[in-house]
Amino acid sequence: MIRFDGVTKQFPDGTVAVDDLSLTAPTGKITVLVGPSGCGKTTSLRMVNRMIEPTRGAIVIDGQDTARMDQAQLRRGIGYVIQHAGLFPHRTVLDNIGTVPRLLGWDRARTRERSRELLERVGLDARLADRYPTQLSGGQQQRVGVARALAADPPIMLMDEPFSAVDPIVRDQLQDEFLRLQDELDKTIVFVTHDIDEAIKLGDQVAVLRVGGSLAQVAEPAYLLAHPADDFVADFVGRDRGYRSLQFQPSPRLPLRSERTVVLGERPGEAGSAWLLVVDEHRHPVGWVEPGRVGDRPVEDADLHRGGTLARADGTLRGALDAALSSPSRRGVVVDDSGALIGTVLAHEVLSAIEDTDRPERDERDPVRGGAVDVAGEQA
Amino acid sequence: MIASLLSWFTDAETWAGESGIGNRLLEHLWYTLATMVVAMVLAVPAGLWVGHTGHARWLVTVANSLRAVPTLGLLLAASLWLRTLPGDLAYVVPSIAVLALLAIPPVLAGTYGGIEAVDPAARDAAYGVGMRGRQVLWQVEVPNALPLILSGVRSAVLQVVATATIAAIVGLGGLGRFIIDGLALSDYAQAGGGALLVAVLALALEGLLALVQRRLVSPGLSGRPVGGSRKDDEDAPREEPGESTVDLRTPA
Ligand SMILES: Nc1ncnc2c1ncn2[C@@H]1O[C@H](COP(=O)(O)OP(=O)(O)O)[C@@H](O)[C@H]1O
Ligand SMILES: [Mg+2]
Repeated sequence: MIRFDGVTKQFPDGTVAVDDLSLTAPTGKITVLVGPSGCGKTTSLRMVNRMIEPTRGAIVIDGQDTARMDQAQLRRGIGYVIQHAGLFPHRTVLDNIGTVPRLLGWDRARTRERSRELLERVGLDARLADRYPTQLSGGQQQRVGVARALAADPPIMLMDEPFSAVDPIVRDQLQDEFLRLQDELDKTIVFVTHDIDEAIKLGDQVAVLRVGGSLAQVAEPAYLLAHPADDFVADFVGRDRGYRSLQFQPSPRLPLRSERTVVLGERPGEAGSAWLLVVDEHRHPVGWVEPGRVGDRPVEDADLHRGGTLARADGTLRGALDAALSSPSRRGVVVDDSGALIGTVLAHEVLSAIEDTDRPERDERDPVRGGAVDVAGEQA
Repeated sequence: MIASLLSWFTDAETWAGESGIGNRLLEHLWYTLATMVVAMVLAVPAGLWVGHTGHARWLVTVANSLRAVPTLGLLLAASLWLRTLPGDLAYVVPSIAVLALLAIPPVLAGTYGGIEAVDPAARDAAYGVGMRGRQVLWQVEVPNALPLILSGVRSAVLQVVATATIAAIVGLGGLGRFIIDGLALSDYAQAGGGALLVAVLALALEGLLALVQRRLVSPGLSGRPVGGSRKDDEDAPREEPGESTVDLRTPA
């Protein structure tokens, strides 16, 4: 657990970058610091590994005041992922990854073995091992940066906008891989981003900072979307927050109707309705057709409308609603774990289910911290 | 002119003995080497220190202003002042000292400038992963500054090789002997031959140092291809949606 205890940072030129910040990053969870540019996210992050020293207040890791620890040793025990990767240009990918193990005195062979393992872990081809950073794409560099931070298996990771420099598709993919990795590793992570969507997607807990470096609100994502503490947070969290909060709501049992289907390559037969669902031989939905247009011939790939998204029966209400809204027939397709068709659901049926769900309850006593992750079980 | 140069070079006399080309070349090399050792022992640590700490940047400015001092005048003054030194030292010490003064500014500027120009993100990362000051200097700053440090050394070597001819003025050897003696005797073939030899030596040393630089500087900085893999390889960097753990893994 990392505890910010009334931390203030004033730079020599008088800028107050962080103002009396008190915050807890629970062990094994991802705490995201989010806010507009210049609100002190990077400064807050860098005070954890003492790349910046606080002016007032303390940062305590598992009960130990960081101010009393040896700087270099503290940093070797904390993985640090820098915004633009910050790789060493003169070192190969493998040597970049092995930096901290070497500093800790591991021998060459063990370091190389560990570095290769991490290369694979972050999804990079073993053939990249002897490349230099300039020979990598932005996304690859970012992965190497993550591997380097993980190399000595530190319990804590600090990540400063690690995915902001890559294009949206790669970013999305890096985020998914990051969540998968965290599932296995259970690190205590402080993650900085200016992107509220990224914060909501990745955070177990999201801390919104305002310019001037003060805490606006800290809460679990669903709570943040449901109960913004003030206008600033509400604005920052943005439009569509009602809709987006559905992604944290598991679907209850929805009233599914059975759907008439045709297998791709076969004839639609008698037109029952305007739209007919097409499946493959494993009953996996592949799209919709208008039987009137196909007539008496077999359904071809070119006939398919693929606009509809698929919802999983054990997915979220957001997925179910989106499936209904995006379906050309207005019937949302629901599939099981294996991707096989179970049935369809209508938008108004999903909406009724939504009306029956509970929103996270608002903590009236503490609007700013009411929705934060509970750390009662942890050592202060 | 060319004919007389040729005959000078082909005359066996020119090559033989203490005043032959072979020996003069060795003397010249020896002055250059001694000068560079002195200059680098002083300028490299100073440049590293100024670059790493950011302290005393004025040192670089002062060293640069040394370039304005007239070398020949300084050499004569220093020889007068040091004439009580025993034997050859009375000539060698002032010559090396004056040449070193010429070599220090480019080496110092290259070293300091190289460290200064290291990507701040790399330096920041070095501290961020837990390197101490010395480790940052030797493991990150120096390797990254090496191209500029070495180019400072190369330009110093060129200047020293060219200027070491003046050692002959105070009575020492080296390739300058041919030039000075040739001019004094109006033997222009000898003077021209000496000048040509200096130029060839400078080019040879430059080539040698270029090779050294290639060996010392990380391919990650020079952009040279490594092990046949280049940016435009078939598996060059690409941002692809399909890029995934499974796709990229090579079969074991
Ligand atoms: N070394 C510094 N000296 C003076 N002001 C700084 C320094 N570093 C950051 N700041 C200022 O502190 C504020 C917060 O900066 P930063 O933590 O980098 O914000 P963020 O990461 O949220 O964009 C900004 O106003 C920035 O200009
Ligand atoms: Mg920042």
